[in-house]
Amino acid sequence: MNNIIGVIFITLGLAFDLIGCLGLFRFPDVYNRLQASTKCVTFGTCNILFGTFLVLGFNAAGIKCLLALIFLLFSSPTSSHALARAAHKSGEKLCEGSVGNEYK
Amino acid sequence: MFKKRKGLVKTVRYFISALLLAVILSALLFHPLNILMYPDLPFLNILKRGMSIILLSAFFCLFRVLRGPNAADRIVGMDMLGILIVGICALLSISTKRSWYMDIGIAWALQSFISTLAFAKFLEGKDFDE
Amino acid sequence: MRSKLILFIVGFIIWCLLRFPVDAQHIFIGIIVAAFVTLLLGDLFTNRPAQFFKVQRYLWFLYLMPVFIWECFKANLDIARYIISPNLSLKPGIIKVKTSLKTDIGLTYLANIITLTRGAITVDLDKEESCLYLHCIEVGDKKEIITAAVNKFENLIKKIFE
Repeated sequence: MNNIIGVIFITLGLAFDLIGCLGLFRFPDVYNRLQASTKCVTFGTCNILFGTFLVLGFNAAGIKCLLALIFLLFSSPTSSHALARAAHKSGEKLCEGSVGNEYK
Repeated sequence: MFKKRKGLVKTVRYFISALLLAVILSALLFHPLNILMYPDLPFLNILKRGMSIILLSAFFCLFRVLRGPNAADRIVGMDMLGILIVGICALLSISTKRSWYMDIGIAWALQSFISTLAFAKFLEGKDFDE
Repeated sequence: MRSKLILFIVGFIIWCLLRFPVDAQHIFIGIIVAAFVTLLLGDLFTNRPAQFFKVQRYLWFLYLMPVFIWECFKANLDIARYIISPNLSLKPGIIKVKTSLKTDIGLTYLANIITLTRGAITVDLDKEESCLYLHCIEVGDKKEIITAAVNKFENLIKKIFE
């Protein structure tokens, strides 16, 4: 039973990973790329890690999967925030069809 | 008239690229990777094919690293590659039944986070002391 | 002293989780390592150690987790719809949202949660005015939704981290 639920989680995570990297490939702007890739890739990898924990059980590797999940959930939005701020400071412009900029 | 034509060309390009992606995905699904797999695992096929799907998405990230117009795009691609490798380590630790692959995953996540912060600081144009 | 004790306990628990089937040797080495880390870091870990002993915070945290996971799932489906659609019709922009949080840690967790949910990432935050600058993927009609989400999580975070 645990195996089945774990494999369902892993499949969902793989699909979100692929969609996130497709967004990184398609979107026209640094900020949009950050948006697509950070959300989808973080959610997908967290799903893969949780599915791995369900398949392995309370093992040495399973507990490490949970630790990596918590660390990714804290670290990935922080790094994307730092990258967006650095890109704006270094003079990166918004893409063509953008509506408004209330930041400075 | 010309605008309509341009929209048509865009849609045709979208469908051709979607078809190519579907062909690549199905080729990956029918030709699994065989590395270090134990034959008695349940759901072996999904694990084998999942690794190749992560490899495909890593190729998109690599495209963004190679062709990104500015420095920020390349750093975004590097960051996403670092997160994808943690997923590959998790799948390897299921399929090979070795627990030290997750050690590699945790260490890689830490190192990728710190390197992304250092790149962002460098892009902002400050010294590292601040 | 109390914050050092909390840091020692947290470090020891993380060490025990990293070496999961714990022996006597692992506990001994873990005590040495956690004491070393506590000596190095000192008082950096917490400012207000009295907050760690309130039970209400953990109950509100248990309420926050399913809400956050459900919002994250909805946001991912939303982004996936934008990515797969044939013609990209995006109207991105940067908006400014006022919050009522004051402390560092509350603003940090609010920015992290907003980055993972519902079509917006944090570009910068201003501590004096306590407002966030959010980059949204579609500004026009989504502004009310994003402001409502910010207010909802703000109320939860005010109960947990302040």
